[in-house]
Amino acid sequence: MAPPPLDPGDKDMLRLITCGSVDNGKSTLIGRLLFDARLVPGDHLEALARDSKRYGTVGDSPDLALLVDGLQAEREQGITIDVAYRFFSTARRRFIVADTPGHAQYTRNMVTGASTADLAIVIVDARKGLLAQTFRHSTIVALMGVRHVVLAVNKMDLVDYSEQRFAEIVATYSLLARRLELAAVTAIPTSALRGDNVIEPGAAMPWYRGPTLLDHLETVDVDRGDTRPFRLAVQWINRNGADFRGYAGSVLGGSIRTGEEIVVQPSGASNRIARIVTQDGDLAEAGAGQAVTLTLTDAFDVARGDVLAATDRPPHVADQFACHLVWMHDAPMLPGRPYLLQLGTATLTATVTELKHRIDVEIGVHEATKQLALNEIGFANVALDRPAPFDVYNENRDTGSFIMIDRTSNATVGAGMIRFPLRRASNLPWQAFAVDKASRARIKHQRPCVLWFTGLSGSGKSTIADGVEKRLLALGRHTYSLDGDNVRHGLNRDLGFTDADRVENVRRVIEVARLFCEAGLIVLVSVISPFRSERQLARERMADDEFVEIFVDTPFAECERRDPKGLYRRAREGKITNFTGIDSPYEAPESPDIHIRTTEMSLEGEIESVMKVLRDRGVIG
Amino acid sequence: MPIANSYLQALEAESIHILREAAANFRKPVILYSIGKDSSVLLHLALKAFFPAKPPFMLLHVDTMWKFREMIAFRDRRVGELGLQLIVHVNRDGIAKGIGPISHGGAVHTDVMKTEALKQALDLHGFDAAIGGARRDEETSRAKERIFSFRSTAHRWDPRHQRPELWQLYNGRIHPGESIRVFPLSNWTELDVWTYIRRENIPVVPLYFAAERLVVERDGMLIKVDDDRLSLRAGEVAQQRWVRFRTLGCYPLTGAVESRAATLSEIIAELAAARTSERQGRAIDHDQSGSMELKKREGYF
Repeated sequence: MAPPPLDPGDKDMLRLITCGSVDNGKSTLIGRLLFDARLVPGDHLEALARDSKRYGTVGDSPDLALLVDGLQAEREQGITIDVAYRFFSTARRRFIVADTPGHAQYTRNMVTGASTADLAIVIVDARKGLLAQTFRHSTIVALMGVRHVVLAVNKMDLVDYSEQRFAEIVATYSLLARRLELAAVTAIPTSALRGDNVIEPGAAMPWYRGPTLLDHLETVDVDRGDTRPFRLAVQWINRNGADFRGYAGSVLGGSIRTGEEIVVQPSGASNRIARIVTQDGDLAEAGAGQAVTLTLTDAFDVARGDVLAATDRPPHVADQFACHLVWMHDAPMLPGRPYLLQLGTATLTATVTELKHRIDVEIGVHEATKQLALNEIGFANVALDRPAPFDVYNENRDTGSFIMIDRTSNATVGAGMIRFPLRRASNLPWQAFAVDKASRARIKHQRPCVLWFTGLSGSGKSTIADGVEKRLLALGRHTYSLDGDNVRHGLNRDLGFTDADRVENVRRVIEVARLFCEAGLIVLVSVISPFRSERQLARERMADDEFVEIFVDTPFAECERRDPKGLYRRAREGKITNFTGIDSPYEAPESPDIHIRTTEMSLEGEIESVMKVLRDRGVIG
Repeated sequence: MPIANSYLQALEAESIHILREAAANFRKPVILYSIGKDSSVLLHLALKAFFPAKPPFMLLHVDTMWKFREMIAFRDRRVGELGLQLIVHVNRDGIAKGIGPISHGGAVHTDVMKTEALKQALDLHGFDAAIGGARRDEETSRAKERIFSFRSTAHRWDPRHQRPELWQLYNGRIHPGESIRVFPLSNWTELDVWTYIRRENIPVVPLYFAAERLVVERDGMLIKVDDDRLSLRAGEVAQQRWVRFRTLGCYPLTGAVESRAATLSEIIAELAAARTSERQGRAIDHDQSGSMELKKREGYF
């Protein structure tokens, strides 16, 4: 191979992902590309020879898969477990390869790698043909909007380089490709182990006249000929002295010229580009992929999270949309639970309002489901806490995608592709009434609030709440008590005790408590409410000073000893499942407004501790 | 249309995007400035990302007291020219115990004066994000590192429980005491770095260019006799040889390569034909297979 030209900086870049199952030779194929292109440094080759003796699976030859499999633990297990990025460069192109495992439980890694890929190599073992994993990989490739697919029919050496076998596999795959609407599929017969059609043509397959894998990767046209409308998500407000105020961000679609009119979303304000600022001098025009700083002619307020967009083709602005959602965490996605949603540079609060179905990615059917587990893909309606600008994913990957973040652990738990906006919220305007919460409370001579008692079953929530309510009544206050057990007889009769149902149970209680609060009442809520996320939601649904979280802290052993309703006994006997503290978790509050340790206090003292806070807050005089 | 279609422009734009996300996501981010070529590129990109304002980051250099003298001189000159704020942190406990690479070996020295020192500095100043110039092509365990890479309150990296990273969406949310390491140069290679340095005319430490230098062969490496703390062992002879450095670290642990590449173009030509990887000259990587992964989990940068 000729050495790269002296200034290699002008080549273009192709990002690709390799998809294959554990043993159809994926890592070997990438290793072969690097090895045959002589892109493996000498000391890496020495380490390879050393490691091949220790971990290798191909006898005395260097095990090329070991070039790609990075982490120590993985070598010992003989599989790749995460996303690894490899780089190589030829005279024509610079490549970034996302290598992701083919093992069934690692859908999330493949989704990660595919999110930035221009091209996917789907690897099939010529002996086995299309496997369930092939369907899985191809479905994900289609969902993630990867436009170009190479079907590498590998291990051709093990089927005697049979042209007929290759043709069979290609014919079957083209049916799948049509169903998934995969645009451009190129099939190449390879033997990664022997190097056939990877870089050099395979002498054993004279019947194949197409390009080798590397030929194809070097020449495939992935230039989108960007016809998308202009988009820039504001990352950072650049202030320099009193006079300079710029909006820094990457052009995520289309292009922009100075003097052009733009619209700022979600506000909808019109503005005009004054300057396109870079350190290398002002530009007259900027296009997709460039990181720039824009100044505008009108000094309207623009913030991080806003999108600057083409006036004639602006993004959607809505607070609901339908999307595909890939779940990436051990804790399942529960409809109704609030998550953080990162969409472009905006961070919002979001809940899945309706989970339409789950996709079985191996056979392509839709199944009804109440939640999404790790590595599951669903189709869902999502509601945001405020309207946000976005595009449909197939029209713009960067402005049509989002990640979901757990509000307690901060883990990235999901990823989504927006399919279409939903307008229902905008068709349901709030009816404004002359009589409001303040006026309802005023005639009762009180300030409304919600006292939220949380704790294990049998911890004494209802007993304390009852005592507090009696005291309030004696003071002439207007109250209402919502009890976890009682609401399950009516309002929440349709809900069980799975995590998903518990979240919905609490969500409904929150909304009812909120209505009573609007009515000017002091509301006492006694529900186990085991999850921090839902209690945080409760706090956020009320005004700042209206929510009092009371942790009724009774040790588990003591609750089980008391067992006033005989529930612990029945749970231990296996007659009740999903029982909090036994086979369902309780996430204790980290900083409750009132922390009642029941083993250290009398009931009167417990009631008084709540009354004191109500007096301190001015709820009661 | 001026589309960023050359890959070097695309890499530059991606890095600028990441630096801006780092600025927007964290209360007190810092650039780990190690004086090497990658740090030089990182600094250059930070200047571009926030132009015409100055980068909203302080610089932190963890000084092991065994860096090449030319590195320190370059650092002080560069920081002065740019008018940026630099914090130099030294592990005083290590100094008090007399820890050094010659007396204690590379592993102990690196652990105490570099890894521990970095944790001290991050805790001392309450930095919630540390931006470094590490690249995925340097070493196999780095190939799996995220661009926003989570660290626990004990600064530990858990390669098995990394946050998935999709599109250009980086999750910078942390609890108090936790932190994120940010790697804007993740997708660059050594050759990219040099090509970019040439294109952008970025100043680097002269040790990268070949010159006649006083070196001694030790443990299969060419060690520069940088000051009088390096005493020759029996049978060792210091001699003038034409060498340059591909990476820069503590001088007794950093091997030179024999080279006549005295200009950027010559370095690039040399790399294009190179048959060894860049970290080959680093003594600390060779202790055991997978040793970089072990160090990284403990908080090594």
